[in-house]
Amino acid sequence: MAKRVLLIEDEPNIIEAISFILSRDGWTVHTQSDGVTALDRVRALPPDLVILDVMLPGKSGFDILREMRADATTAAMPVLMLTARGQERDRDLALKLGVTRFMTKPFSNAEVLEAVRTMAGG
Amino acid sequence: MLSFNLLIVVALGYVAFLFAIAFAAERQAANGSKAWLRSPLVYTLSLSIYCTAWTFYGAVGYAARSGLEYLTIYLGPTVVVIGWWWVVRKLVRIGRAQRITSIADLISSRFGKSTALGVLVTIIAVAAATPYLALQLQSVTLSFAVFASAPGHDWGASELNGAALWVAAGLAIFTIIFGTRNLDANERHYGVVMAIAFEAVVKLFALLAVGVFVVWGVAGGPGDMVKMIDASPIALWDQNGARWAGLTFLSGAALLCLPRMFQVLVVENADESHLATASWAFPLYLLAMSLFVVPIAVAGLALLPPGSNPDLFVLTVPLSQGQGGLAILSFLGGFSSATSMVIVATIALSTMVSNHIVVPLWLQSRSQGAMMSGDVRAVVLLARRLSIVGVLGLGYLYYRVSGGGAALAAIGLISFTGVVQILPAMLGGIFWRGATRWGAAAGLITGTAIWVWSLFLPSFGPDVVIPAQVLAHGPWGLGWLRPQALFGISGLDPVVHAVLWSMLLNATAFMMGSIVTFPTPLERLQGAQIVNVFEHSPGARAWAQSAAEAEDLLIMAQRILGPAEAQAIFQREALEQGKAGYLPDVTPGFVDLLERELAGSVGAATAHAMIGQLIEGASVSVEDLIRVADEAAQIMEYSSRLEAKSAEQERTARALREANAKLTALSVQKDAFLSQISHELRTPMTSIRSFSEILRDGDMTPSVQAKYAGIIHDEALRLTRLLDDLLDLSVLENGQVTLNRQTGQLRELLDRAQGAAGLRAGGLTIRRRKGDETLVLTTDLDRLTQVFINLIANAQKYCDAPRPELRIVVGRARGEVVVDFIDNGEGIGSEHQQVIFEKFSRLTDHGKAGGAGLGLAICREIMARLGGSIAYLPGQGGAAFRVSLPAAAAMAAE
Repeated sequence: MAKRVLLIEDEPNIIEAISFILSRDGWTVHTQSDGVTALDRVRALPPDLVILDVMLPGKSGFDILREMRADATTAAMPVLMLTARGQERDRDLALKLGVTRFMTKPFSNAEVLEAVRTMAGG
Repeated sequence: MLSFNLLIVVALGYVAFLFAIAFAAERQAANGSKAWLRSPLVYTLSLSIYCTAWTFYGAVGYAARSGLEYLTIYLGPTVVVIGWWWVVRKLVRIGRAQRITSIADLISSRFGKSTALGVLVTIIAVAAATPYLALQLQSVTLSFAVFASAPGHDWGASELNGAALWVAAGLAIFTIIFGTRNLDANERHYGVVMAIAFEAVVKLFALLAVGVFVVWGVAGGPGDMVKMIDASPIALWDQNGARWAGLTFLSGAALLCLPRMFQVLVVENADESHLATASWAFPLYLLAMSLFVVPIAVAGLALLPPGSNPDLFVLTVPLSQGQGGLAILSFLGGFSSATSMVIVATIALSTMVSNHIVVPLWLQSRSQGAMMSGDVRAVVLLARRLSIVGVLGLGYLYYRVSGGGAALAAIGLISFTGVVQILPAMLGGIFWRGATRWGAAAGLITGTAIWVWSLFLPSFGPDVVIPAQVLAHGPWGLGWLRPQALFGISGLDPVVHAVLWSMLLNATAFMMGSIVTFPTPLERLQGAQIVNVFEHSPGARAWAQSAAEAEDLLIMAQRILGPAEAQAIFQREALEQGKAGYLPDVTPGFVDLLERELAGSVGAATAHAMIGQLIEGASVSVEDLIRVADEAAQIMEYSSRLEAKSAEQERTARALREANAKLTALSVQKDAFLSQISHELRTPMTSIRSFSEILRDGDMTPSVQAKYAGIIHDEALRLTRLLDDLLDLSVLENGQVTLNRQTGQLRELLDRAQGAAGLRAGGLTIRRRKGDETLVLTTDLDRLTQVFINLIANAQKYCDAPRPELRIVVGRARGEVVVDFIDNGEGIGSEHQQVIFEKFSRLTDHGKAGGAGLGLAICREIMARLGGSIAYLPGQGGAAFRVSLPAAAAMAAE
């Protein structure tokens, strides 16, 4: 069975791009645009991997990550964080909160694919 | 002999002239040049409405019947006005400080803004004024009849009634036009005051002319006149001391209590110092009015056949001597006296009826209270207009019922006695802190009941209202309740009898009631402010710290004062507090100020009730009461000095707090700004990079390929737009922009903006009044259009109403041209109103808005460069933006 990725992102074109890249590689991609209900979504149907944007409507990606790590069922779930702000501070915060991998937008498709494969495999 | 038609023409011409004067005065006042309109001379002349037709015609009749007793009617007011320092000055100061609109408002305001007392005083005033209004109608009608009878036939009852109806209708129209043109916050009517000042001159001139004619034309000089007086029966009448004292008191008290006198004396007073002039000029006017009364009376008795109506001597003496021109002048004098009184009395009464009866009822009938939509001003004006018709209708009715039979002087005294029932409550209210509203009500009801029973009802004559049987023996045979001999004391003159008992029992009930009842906190507060009006005008506050939202208060104020006035008040207060925009902090002081402004339009009780609905029970705290206590007077003086200082500090602190908040916000924003720019640039870049990589890899259908190329194209455009905006903003912020000044019409600019805003069909509806847009502007038209486009596009994006609508309203406010853009959506909460003009501030999800949040920041910079401004305009229902342009940029299209 194909592995599942949950993509939490609010920019429609970026959703489309990532979905395309991953589907082509054989992944099942679920998408979620709203920050507030994102955690419920993760719990309801735990994916193999989460791709998380930082600036989300309603709730920031950092908050979602913090809550995921605090919850036993999601504490170990691999999270790839994508941000368009790209400041050093953001990276530090993400690492402190226990992110699996951190990438800055704009990203290279190949890198994202490679990261997702590594994280889900390992 | 004069033709009656000529008289009609002269009368109509005179009325037209009065209209012209009133119009000219209103226009002058509107243009801001009020210096002449507010002179002490005009003020003094306006007081002369005290001299009504009763004085003009009736004084002569009075003298013919009772000799010099008519002088009492002048004596009382003279004493009161000369002694203005003690009572009148205080009334005027209170009227100013508390924004009093009428005598009912004064009583209501003093006794805890009581609605019930306002109603009571209004009813008394209307009841007492009705006979007096009837009297004026009667005198004008009779004077018409004098001329009409000359050609050969006398007027019958139906002709008299018809004439009275026409006169009443004409006066109603004049009063509606000039008395209710607008709901002036100060209740001043420049047109009316000017017209009655002019009428004051006409009536004095006419009476003097008749007097001069009698002395020099009929008698042949002062010496002969004196002989003629000696020979006349007038000299024989001996005077009744009780009546003299009683009538002097009555007329003096009436000067203070008559609603129309209160109107000109207090409400229309523009400057306290005018009182000093009036204190000597008004008695002189009265003296001049009374100078020739006796000679005319004597001449009338000597020249005219016995049985002629002495009330009409002023007219009939010149007519009998063939002096048609003089008679017409005299007619105009009497006409002036009657009309000026009726107009002012009707304005005063209609203000009372609408403020104290109609508007409170109307407000109560609306469950939502003060916060509903719609303009209260329209209701108030309509209520006033209907009240004017109603009050004049009552006067006409009384005229018909009483048959116009009684002598003029008698009706006047009945009216006076009724209205002076207000005196104890008024004087007690302004001089005695212990007076309570129960006491005031008890006194008013007692006094009025006695007046109705002992004077008003008997005035219709035996068997009309009160049966002759009851008049002679009392009701149910109770002799001590006989209307004209209460408590068995008979033999007194009926007027003196009524004044004596009503005043005595009224004052007693007032004092007893005040002593045995306890005032409410608000009464204590108002009592202290009113009794001590000279000591501490700023005064204690009736409102404690409140939770009311400034925006709710603004919405309510706009509905009563009108948008421009209300916004000006709020902006001024905000400025004083050191804040920008239209929403000041809701301090107790501000609520107090606002309530007084509202009271100037709808009366204290209604204003208090309306504010109370928004503030919700935060009225009068314990500290406020301590301030009121007598013992704390010293503390208060000290604390008020401290307060002045701390108010200053508070203002500085508030400005600092605001600046600090702004700085903190700025530094946070500066940080955020960089992240934001990064985010805004990287997001489209991400899509572009990702999709271009996908396209490079190939291996997809042409349609998918085209779709992805399209996304890349759109995102590239988005990026370009963003860079353009950023560059634009930075150029504007650094002031490097060169303005391209051109001249064009505002309407064309708005047309252009509307076309360029990219409106979708079925989306936003735009409502404009193109007639208001005929302004020619000289400024950077392209930049201004850019602002307009932005505002229209924003409304299109953010207005969340099911049927979105944008109103574009062009107007003028304080010398600036303002263009308001008001949509019907949910609007912007007050917490966000400060930040929307900052860069990258977006209140909704950025996905939906599709912009970077730079639009309003650019608008603000552009307007600053053009010498104008853009601001959020709260309290309009939806989101509203006001673009202001300096007047220098605009000129009217003509």
